Amino acid sequence: MNKSDFDFLSSLLRDRSGLVLGEDKAYLLESRLGPVARKHGLTTVDDVAAQLRARRGAPLELDVVEAMTTNESFFFRDTRPFDQFKDIVLPQLLEARRATKSLRIWSAACSSGQEPYTLAMILKEEAAKLAGWRVEIVATDLSTAILDKAKEGLYSQFEVQRGLPITLLMKYFTQAGDRWQISQELRGMVSYRMFNLLESPTALGRFDIVFLRNVLIYFDQATKTQVLERVAKQMPSDGYLYLGGAETVLGITDRFQVLPGQRGLYGVVDPGQKVAAAG
Amino acid sequence: MVARRILEGLNFAVDEAADGQQALDRCLEQMPDAVLLDWNMPVMSGIEFLRELRGLADAQQPVVVFCTTENDLSHIQEAMSAGANEYIMKPFDSEILESKFQQTGVL
Ligand SMILES: C[S@@+](CC[C@H](N)C(=O)[O-])C[C@H]1O[C@@H](n2cnc3c(N)ncnc32)[C@H](O)[C@@H]1O
Repeated sequence: MNKSDFDFLSSLLRDRSGLVLGEDKAYLLESRLGPVARKHGLTTVDDVAAQLRARRGAPLELDVVEAMTTNESFFFRDTRPFDQFKDIVLPQLLEARRATKSLRIWSAACSSGQEPYTLAMILKEEAAKLAGWRVEIVATDLSTAILDKAKEGLYSQFEVQRGLPITLLMKYFTQAGDRWQISQELRGMVSYRMFNLLESPTALGRFDIVFLRNVLIYFDQATKTQVLERVAKQMPSDGYLYLGGAETVLGITDRFQVLPGQRGLYGVVDPGQKVAAAG
Repeated sequence: MVARRILEGLNFAVDEAADGQQALDRCLEQMPDAVLLDWNMPVMSGIEFLRELRGLADAQQPVVVFCTTENDLSHIQEAMSAGANEYIMKPFDSEILESKFQQTGVL
């Protein structure tokens, strides 16, 4: 691939999804866009670039953007965030919202659904405490293909064995050939929507808890700041934000602050409010 | 055996038995912290072994993780009600083995 094609494709990806591709990642473009080229009757990645230069916004563009995103996800990914959810976040908010008995959770960049379904399973397990409550899980992603997979809730034997305890598999899944499908009831607990994090989330409404995990890592600094500040505007001052294990707010925004001793879990800092502790 | 290599990588000392009876004899000699158990074995099957093991009075009971090609829900249910702690469906990889051992608390 020549430099001008690389520059063209990487700037298209940055505009459409926020993905930052260093020049050392040209091989990734080649390997992932090969199949996209063939699907569209083209031979090389250069042909893909030529075609997109001629006609932006075509279905080809969508396929290119989706082919370059990383969709890896697991049930109960990293375990700890979900222990914190059950032991800290949920009890706090059940107390704070006892008058309205309503909670809204956002799984932003939900990929194939493991994250929102993990939350749905925990809510089911905690159902006794939630009688009379209205808990909404909104799950969004840029890729409509991955959202279709999430809605279907069908997982391979490998996918249901990474992080998911066997007791929960028995309880909430049915076997469908060599795959496993999460129950209709749990699927009904999650509403899926297409949403690009580069856009304003105002229309999605306000959220008490936001899972924004393993997606900011692909963005540049300015984009991370913009996304986090827009997310903060959708949250009450006692809301909770989760980031992935390799992500931080340090040097990016002061609208969130890590909770003492709880890596990966952040509280909202109101604008104008002084941040007491540094770091 | 693939599992042996993975478990040794996780710092377990691993001992192997060819069937359920041998496994039970070993357990009676020296109880391990964990047992990784196949279903289909000669002499005594995995599920028979598990029932015998769980029937042993005042033994320090190990964590038992099934690891088998019996991948249907009814086998899983049978194993869990016989006292298994976790269940791995073959084929598996090192991540799965590690995550299952973590869930049972032996890691
Ligand atoms: C690695 S997955 C993370 C899944 C899950 N949150 C987790 O932690 O396991 C990253 C997801 O981010 C999505 N994504 C990438 N860029 C996005 C954007 N600009 N807006 C919304 N989603 C995006 C991808 O489609 C992909 O499904």
